[in-house]
Amino acid sequence: MASVEFQNVSKSFGTFNAVPDISFNIADGEFVCLLGPSGCGKTTSLRMIAGLETPTSGKVLIGGKDVTNLHPKDRQISMVFQDYALYPHMNLADNIAYPLKVRGKGEAERHARAKEVADVLKIGDLLKRLPSQISGGQQQRTSLARALVYPSQVYLFDEPLSNLDAKLRLEARGFLNHLQRDIGMTAVYVTHDQAEAMALATRVAVMDKGRIAQFAPPLEIYRRPATTFVANFVGNPPMNLISIRVEVAENKLQVHADGIKVEGLTVYSHIAEAAKAKAMTLGVRPEHLRIAHTGDINVISGTLFANENMGPESLVTIERPDGNRVTARIFTDDVIKTGDIVEFSFDEQHITLFDSTGLRVPALGEID
Amino acid sequence: MQVPVQVYVRRMGFSAIAAILGVVFALPLIWFISAPFNARAELGLAIPQAFSISNFSAVFQNTFAMRALLNSLIQAFGGVILVGVSATLAAYALSRSSIPGKSAVTYILLLFSSVVSGSAAMVPIFLIISAAGLINTHLAVILVFAGGLLPTAMFILRDFIDAIPRSYEESAMVAGASPLQAFFDVALPVIRPGIVVVVVWAFVNIWGSFLIPFILLRSDNLMPASVAIYSFYSEAGTPVVTLLAAYSLIYSLPVIALYLFVNWKFGFRFFGGIKS
Amino acid sequence: MKTFSLLSNRAGALFLAPAAALIGVFVIIPFFWVIVVSFTNRTLLGSTALNPDFVGFQNYIALFNPLTFFSRGQFGFSLILTTQFVLLSALVGQALLGLILAWLSQTVSPKIKSFLQTAVIAAWILPEVVIGFAWFAFLDFDNGTLNMILRGLGLPPGDWLLQNPFWVIVVFNTWRGAAFSMMLFNSAFQSIPPSYFQAADVAGASSLQKLRDIALPLIKGHVVTDLILITMWTFNVFTPFLLTNGGPSYRTELLSIYTYRIAFKDFEFGKGAAVGVIIMLINLAFALVYLRMARKKPAEAD
Repeated sequence: MASVEFQNVSKSFGTFNAVPDISFNIADGEFVCLLGPSGCGKTTSLRMIAGLETPTSGKVLIGGKDVTNLHPKDRQISMVFQDYALYPHMNLADNIAYPLKVRGKGEAERHARAKEVADVLKIGDLLKRLPSQISGGQQQRTSLARALVYPSQVYLFDEPLSNLDAKLRLEARGFLNHLQRDIGMTAVYVTHDQAEAMALATRVAVMDKGRIAQFAPPLEIYRRPATTFVANFVGNPPMNLISIRVEVAENKLQVHADGIKVEGLTVYSHIAEAAKAKAMTLGVRPEHLRIAHTGDINVISGTLFANENMGPESLVTIERPDGNRVTARIFTDDVIKTGDIVEFSFDEQHITLFDSTGLRVPALGEID
Repeated sequence: MQVPVQVYVRRMGFSAIAAILGVVFALPLIWFISAPFNARAELGLAIPQAFSISNFSAVFQNTFAMRALLNSLIQAFGGVILVGVSATLAAYALSRSSIPGKSAVTYILLLFSSVVSGSAAMVPIFLIISAAGLINTHLAVILVFAGGLLPTAMFILRDFIDAIPRSYEESAMVAGASPLQAFFDVALPVIRPGIVVVVVWAFVNIWGSFLIPFILLRSDNLMPASVAIYSFYSEAGTPVVTLLAAYSLIYSLPVIALYLFVNWKFGFRFFGGIKS
Repeated sequence: MKTFSLLSNRAGALFLAPAAALIGVFVIIPFFWVIVVSFTNRTLLGSTALNPDFVGFQNYIALFNPLTFFSRGQFGFSLILTTQFVLLSALVGQALLGLILAWLSQTVSPKIKSFLQTAVIAAWILPEVVIGFAWFAFLDFDNGTLNMILRGLGLPPGDWLLQNPFWVIVVFNTWRGAAFSMMLFNSAFQSIPPSYFQAADVAGASSLQKLRDIALPLIKGHVVTDLILITMWTFNVFTPFLLTNGGPSYRTELLSIYTYRIAFKDFEFGKGAAVGVIIMLINLAFALVYLRMARKKPAEAD
């Protein structure tokens, strides 16, 4: 296993600048997810680690060694492709053992090792079959087996679960998580599914337009999203974001927005600085909202828009006077009627504030 | 459900027209199919009185006829191997390498191959072959066909390779394969159906060709079956028509077999311009 | 800067080399050589075989000599004959018949359809020499199948190859090539969603109305492709030679056969090359139109 490092890497295709300039460092044994919407440069970054794209400028290092211009075959890596790339003319055993074949291993050794890996992945009985004769989930595991069959410095995954149906995807995700705990591989995993990234990664890099918006452990990303983009991308449903007008008065931050009633918030240096722009964004996660009771001080109100029963909880969405919608995750059986005015309440400690450029304002306890 | 009389009559009408057209199309070939099995037939159409294969055994004993079939085989196989190998390599390079101007190359090739037809180029082809000292050799026919069929063959194969995900070769390279290993272990087997189609197409074209060997070959012992059949019925006075019909049928069999094979193996997929 | 690709430029060049050499020598060079030769008085035998003289446009002037241009066995006669041949046998014959065959195939029962298609495709796939021989026998005055049928029907037989050679090769080429148009239109019709026709059925449209109002507008692109391709092929076709040798008395001497006679019977390579150049110019016009459309197609596909 080895570390992976990007030093000021950029990549353009003709006039399209897919990755303007990114630098990061992935430590040995980390499982990093590159998360972002399509076209954010995450797959391009992964392919530069694999050597399937050459950076326009900058350096890629694996295990401290500059591999920027090294052919993929010389990088000692493995990769699982989105379409699995199983060779249709080879049976599963030959598919899995192909990396050993190009390394000059004998047939007996190859098949023994393929069987070993296949057994771990529960496809040991299918080794004589062709890829066209097995199910999608089995194909996915075969491509995983091919990546695991030989020791690699880094394991690369390009949306490996996106072609599976929802149930199989959950199962495969759990298995990958188990595998990571078992062998502690260095892995870079590209996905657009935030739940997958949260479940698997030791650290997540959220990418937006070729740049890394935040690179942090999943819980950090969830609790302290660095930008409104991250806040809106992570979480299901995502964080509610409400544009507010602010001013500092009576040594408190006064918040104004239609349908919002908030007690003055504590002012400290970062808040005071951000408040100069007069506009901020208030973020609050759906699970931190509850149906308001008399006496609650921080309240959002609006007309009921939707009430979706999910089993253990309900997703209740209201529409504020300016058209902005706010969703709450409600764990009670309160009956809410359509057309009703609904009020949510929340605690000050659960809100996240973003300045007028969309960057998070550090909370009081984080001030150095 | 009851079919209205009108609709029924109309359907019958269409079927009758279709059947008649089918018969009209088959007419010129009926004699050709029945004569080989008739020991005493002339150019006239007759139902074989006693079904006979004596014509075929006579053909098989005719060394000149057999020699011509062998020549057809040599020329077709030679051309097919050249076309198959060089078209596969070239189409792969056009699809997978980043050589500058490769789309322009394809465009220009297609243009040239449709402009330089056999009838337009027979003079310079003859002159080039004589300048190379290859007049009256198998190699002359093989080389000329390889050159002429290659552009279309490359075009068909490039389309085919473009449709194959690049992740096949990418995964092989990430797993440690060199570009050549990836080509031979992974790409080539996946491209094989496309190669089969191109090879069959090239074979049928060379096997059935007349003009090029007719111009480039002189001696009787190099003539392919096509030229032999033509000289039999056009020059040799009154030909032994039943023998010639049997010989023509034998000569047609590979083409029919290959057509059935492609139809069965790949279904009928339409390649625009597959026949030129 | 180095960029990664599945095949390096050097390997790519190596892969391209054999094809490039073959195409270069047997397609590209003939293209230019035929132009050069067309300006010389090169012959097969004699002093001008090895050291031909440059004669400028003399060959072209001879081809377009207004005194003989339209005479039988001359270039102009052959050019006009070829044009008529293309119009009648390709554009009217093959395309129209192919369209009718494809349309019929959509409606008749599978058994009749497979019989029809087998007969039509057999005419197309069999080697040209075999077809030439089969028609030679088919049209024979004394014993040919055609005259046998005519006699059987009480109609007068004919020596078709002598009396109507031009119409024989028109019918012959229509018969030989209709399969291509039929198959192209078959696949075009199959690309139309059946619901379009069902909707028309519900609205009470007749078969002809469905063809005119729904099918034809939708397959317009296929029709144009078909017309250009079969025009190019028919323009260059040599197969009628196998039936008529270009005769009798030059009455079926298409441009391709004319070139062959000038170059390989009269041994006037210079003049034959000049005809070749004119054929290539006409081919070029068609090919440019076709490639321009083929390139546009992806954008217009939907």
